[in-house]
Amino acid sequence: MTVTAIRTHLTRRLGPLLPILGAVAVGFGVCGLIALWVGLRPSLMFTELIKGAVEGPQFFETVARAVPLAGMTLAAAIPLRAGIVNLGADGQLALGGCAAAVVALYLPAPDLVRLGAALVAGMTIGALYAAVAAAGEIFAGVPLLLSTWLLTYPAKGLCGYLVRTPLRDPTTAWPSTARIAVGARLGALIPGTPINQGFLIVVLVAVAVIFIDRRSSIGFELRLRGLNERFARYGGVALDRQTLGVMLASGAIAGLIGAIMVLGSQFRYTDGALTAPQYSWSGTLAALLAGGEPLGSVIAALLFAALQTGGFAMERSVEIPRVLTMVLQSVIILFLAMRGAIWRRS
Amino acid sequence: MTFAFFNATFFDQAVLGITPILLAAMAGTLSERVGLFNIALEGEMLVGAFAAIAGSHFGGTLQTGILAAIAAGALFSGLLAVGSALLRGNDIVIGISLNLLAAGLTSFLLRALFGVSGTFSDSAMQGLPRLTLPGIASLPLLGPALGHQNALVYLSWMLVVVIAVFLNRTPWGLRLRGIGEQPGAAVALGADATRYRFIVTLIGGALCGLAGLQLSLGSLTLFSENMTAGRGWIAVAAVMLGRARPLYVTGACVLFGLSDALGLRLQGEGLPNQITDSAPYVVTLAALVIVGLRRRRLNAATA
Repeated sequence: MTVTAIRTHLTRRLGPLLPILGAVAVGFGVCGLIALWVGLRPSLMFTELIKGAVEGPQFFETVARAVPLAGMTLAAAIPLRAGIVNLGADGQLALGGCAAAVVALYLPAPDLVRLGAALVAGMTIGALYAAVAAAGEIFAGVPLLLSTWLLTYPAKGLCGYLVRTPLRDPTTAWPSTARIAVGARLGALIPGTPINQGFLIVVLVAVAVIFIDRRSSIGFELRLRGLNERFARYGGVALDRQTLGVMLASGAIAGLIGAIMVLGSQFRYTDGALTAPQYSWSGTLAALLAGGEPLGSVIAALLFAALQTGGFAMERSVEIPRVLTMVLQSVIILFLAMRGAIWRRS
Repeated sequence: MTFAFFNATFFDQAVLGITPILLAAMAGTLSERVGLFNIALEGEMLVGAFAAIAGSHFGGTLQTGILAAIAAGALFSGLLAVGSALLRGNDIVIGISLNLLAAGLTSFLLRALFGVSGTFSDSAMQGLPRLTLPGIASLPLLGPALGHQNALVYLSWMLVVVIAVFLNRTPWGLRLRGIGEQPGAAVALGADATRYRFIVTLIGGALCGLAGLQLSLGSLTLFSENMTAGRGWIAVAAVMLGRARPLYVTGACVLFGLSDALGLRLQGEGLPNQITDSAPYVVTLAALVIVGLRRRRLNAATA
């Protein structure tokens, strides 16, 4: 390869990354200004943020946080690849987690069977709930953007009701189900760290999504639609079936993550506990950052997981509210979108 | 269910529930008509609600709260105006990130400025006073709901008429609709599409700021995180259902306000609030499905 060839190769590979790096820089800049405005030293804030994300045991915290976040990112990325937005991941997550808890608690079967059935139940409920939104668009033209978001409220309400009344464990202060037996939990993957076997499941899902995206006709048709829906239709892509498939897959992953969080780290379904860390929020932004490309989305999810963990440390040591990292994430995407770097208008 | 089920309180709740959605839906109507899909209503409303509280707390008067809400709503929507109208970025992605930014920013400022999380309220703060319309307020059942509300509620009703007349009876309204329907033709006739879109987005932001003001200073005097609770999205749905015709959109808003009040009323009857709180969202979804199916059938019949 000649020097020019190498240079064009590099520009082609790295060119699309430049606006992203620029946006990340702007995000940090804006947050620095906000910190200054409320009377804090930005340099101190950023060192605490980075140290809190990767230093010592904090690194394992980041990895543990990256597991659900990467899952929710994939749940957002699959539809995004086809130009579809699923804003209802929180509802699918809550229903999946709640269903998994019920199965793991009450299915009369050996522990390991209960564990497997709970994971499948979480996926199934999440997928079916997302399919409701897909059906709304296919049969009545209700935009997914709107229906997915509106459907989160009844889902969260239903789970909140269930753990307050029929499923309530009366020994806890906060509304939640009883604790799941040790045998029906996802065990620790690296003892002494918060990383559980859910890590392996999410890695498997990520590899599968990346493979399907790159190597199968399903992935090709998804990308085709994302680039140009009319062309995809003309090219023979069955758009309605694709919409349904995309939502089933996205909802299944969100439901699975709910199940993993319940079975792997919380051991019970507690009202609001799955949605409080706002993984669906960060996941949507991470997927947008990578334009729905699955590998890029997972990398963005790792970055955002580090920001979240760092945010906790920053809040502890310099008392800067950690929601600032949420502001940072939104500003990055906002800036990219304003520049037209995501989904350029046709 | 007795007659007393739909009592004066029910209708008062309904009117209170309608107002913020109606204000935001008018913002959405204008956007839709000028050819922008504005899904940032939720975030603009939340920013307005926070600014109203911050303005009245630090400014010390109700007026500073009102001004802060309008200014903050318009300023925040400026990001959408610049990104979407000027730079032609994707309005959906910008809208999503603006909504998330609004939630993050207001939560952050709540902690940074007031040192609390969850809810902030200040006993010295004044809410919007209720005004009594003589004659109407003394009517039975609907009287208090229609004749004993704050100025913002009456303003929202007048705005519907003003916007309907503006869109359908003025040259600016004609140009605005032209830009939305046939941007090429409108521009060829001399209408400045970018300027119209920019101004409409800012006005929409100010209206959403007022919607937020109604939430935080309308009947209560407090701000709580994510207090908009999907009202901006319900407004987006109302614009869709009413096909961006101000009067039809108002009809949809009334439906949602009534279902909101119905939820509260059923809660009073002993139903668990986790279920009744879902009422407005379920009604909105049902309305979208019914109207969607009807439109499909009509389209199939004419095709």
